[in-house]
Amino acid sequence: MEIKGTELFVKALKEEGVDTLFAYPGGMAIDLFDQLYDEDDIEVILPRHEQGLIHAADGYARATGNVGVCLVTSGPGATNLVTGIATANYDSVPLVCFTGQVMTNLIGNDAFQEVDIVGIARNICKYAVTVHKREDLGRIIKNAFYIARTGKPGPVLVDIPKDIQVAMGSSEYPDSVNIRGYKPSTGVHAGQIKRVMKLMDQAKRPVFLVGGGVRISHAGEVLTQLVEKSGIPVMTTIMGKGAIDTKHPLYIGNIGMHGNFASNNAADKCDLLISIGTRFSDRVTGTISEFAQNATIVHIDIDPASISRNIKVDVPIVADARLAIEAMLPHTKKYKISEWVSDIKKWKEEHPINMNSYEGMTPEKIIHKINEMFPELIITTDVGQNQLWASQYLDLGPKKRLLTSGGLGTMGYGLPAAIGAKLGTEGVPVLCISGDGGVQMNIQEMATAVVMELPVILCVFNNGYLGNVRQMQELFYNKRYSYTCLRCRRSCEHRCLRNEEECPSYTPDFVKLAESYDAVGIRVEKEEDIEAAFQKAMSRKTGPTLIEFIIEREANVFPMVPGGKALNEMILDS
Amino acid sequence: MEQKKRYICLFVENEIGVLARISGLFSSKSYNMDSLSVGETEDPTVSRMTISLTSDDRTFEQIKKQLNRSVEVIKVVDYTDIPIHMKELMFIKIGSCSEKDKAEIFRIAQVFGVSVRDYSKTTVLLECIQTEDRNKELIALMSEMFVNRIEVVRGGGVAIEAVSIAER
Repeated sequence: MEIKGTELFVKALKEEGVDTLFAYPGGMAIDLFDQLYDEDDIEVILPRHEQGLIHAADGYARATGNVGVCLVTSGPGATNLVTGIATANYDSVPLVCFTGQVMTNLIGNDAFQEVDIVGIARNICKYAVTVHKREDLGRIIKNAFYIARTGKPGPVLVDIPKDIQVAMGSSEYPDSVNIRGYKPSTGVHAGQIKRVMKLMDQAKRPVFLVGGGVRISHAGEVLTQLVEKSGIPVMTTIMGKGAIDTKHPLYIGNIGMHGNFASNNAADKCDLLISIGTRFSDRVTGTISEFAQNATIVHIDIDPASISRNIKVDVPIVADARLAIEAMLPHTKKYKISEWVSDIKKWKEEHPINMNSYEGMTPEKIIHKINEMFPELIITTDVGQNQLWASQYLDLGPKKRLLTSGGLGTMGYGLPAAIGAKLGTEGVPVLCISGDGGVQMNIQEMATAVVMELPVILCVFNNGYLGNVRQMQELFYNKRYSYTCLRCRRSCEHRCLRNEEECPSYTPDFVKLAESYDAVGIRVEKEEDIEAAFQKAMSRKTGPTLIEFIIEREANVFPMVPGGKALNEMILDS
Repeated sequence: MEQKKRYICLFVENEIGVLARISGLFSSKSYNMDSLSVGETEDPTVSRMTISLTSDDRTFEQIKKQLNRSVEVIKVVDYTDIPIHMKELMFIKIGSCSEKDKAEIFRIAQVFGVSVRDYSKTTVLLECIQTEDRNKELIALMSEMFVNRIEVVRGGGVAIEAVSIAER
């Protein structure tokens, strides 16, 4: 029996188990939407902007572990996805993005809303393809889902011209995949594991470094077993934080630019660094030539291209994090490293991260309140100081997960990602920590949260600045706050003297803004009001709450390793 | 690190956009590429590329890995240190030739083992099927002898694994 392309599209989504579709209609996607109108098994979410749409799909995918699916029209619909595709690509998030395209006979004619989205997306996604023939549609969709979720997961873009959507053809949706150029690794090299075990036997100062790969492969539990069985302490990247409970006695903290002293010092002093599921980004290593100079480095990663790219590795292991940890577990014993472990504990106690030098309602206090009030939680963040404070002060673990744009560092990620996460995990509270800058980049998604009746809690840390850049300007650019003040108006002195009393008021008024969206808005200016605000937000079951926290304007994120410096050159505080 | 001349033989899906994908990979990661030639193979669904480049060991390892992880790439074979036959097609057109020039060019063709494909009263066209290095040397010689009078087009090297003798 022959069916329309749109029918096969919907059939494919169902076979792939898609029950939530993030979609925005348009001329070149109208036939697909028409088909979806009859469907009861797929819930279609209509965000208010395609960038918000794809971040929502991303948040959904990170929260559930399923593939996030987007459907948008051609041209601007497609180009609005670009930042979200790059965001997902950097953080290995499985997405399949369907874009409508003009008729095949119009491609190349500069037709209305025509854009070469495959050409644009090619270098920022795992795979991008245009469906040129109706007979390829089923196979291409099948491959897209397979490529997105296997190996190192990532976004895949499938561009479907309008005539292919309506063309009749086979109703067959393939049940198997065979892509000759794509065979992700599935095993673990036993010989390499043996080498690691031998190194662990000999090491005096071993340490685990855990990244996002461990969370993606759901290896938190086996990692915790490995850490407990071996007694080897563990530090994380921002993406890996929460893989092991942050309250675990062998957990050291985050490494890197805004990591804690103990972690960065441990990286500097260790003689064996076993890294699992991290790619040694510059934010993690600081000056590469001085990173972990005294250590033998083991690198376990699913992506062969991540190994020995940034750091010269002594023992490379291409494998899924969970499989590798499971292979190590039976050979692990308790190592005699108590002196090393107590050294690290001492460093951690001597140099805790805190904001004690600031008065009043600091982000640390707000986040501590979140830790205290929510036993289970998904937290999303924007990018900047809000993200760094969140990554420093949040308690994370199996029941408390952080979703953040770590690689690309996309402002505007937090709110839509929280919406997507909430859609995927009913029953789990979802909270977004955002700044006053980032939240405005996708604030239109407040409407989505309201119409979808989602009780997400949106915390806006308002300091009236693009705070992270302002902090760098303060520390490294002689306090020349070039275009980072969001209270600045045209009538202000061009190079302002920062006389707070004369500063114009902030715009928008976030409380009124929330109310205009038919959401609840609360402004909190004092520490003692934090709890009541969260309580009110938690009591809402069918709609979002925006809590604006007025924070110290020039609070900084410390400790900090200045860009281009080594981890042992960190600035501990102001 | 030491820069060295390398050759890669690349089997890719014969699909729209694959050439853009491969060249885009090189440009987006700032990998240098000396030449790339591509054509369909005995299997019409497969294209085969010969890429020549100059790089250090570490970058070259990355290039191979990055190529390998592309979904469109079926196989990457490193031809740098194995016996291969490598040839490049090049045309050289020499203009404003006197009779004496023409005689000289015919002698050059004989000595260098390239053929005269076409000529008129004042112009000679040479077809050179040689290794990339030999073609490069010939260009150097011709541009010195016939200053501002030569026009060159090169196809990029094409390589295949040797059977019993090698030539590169």
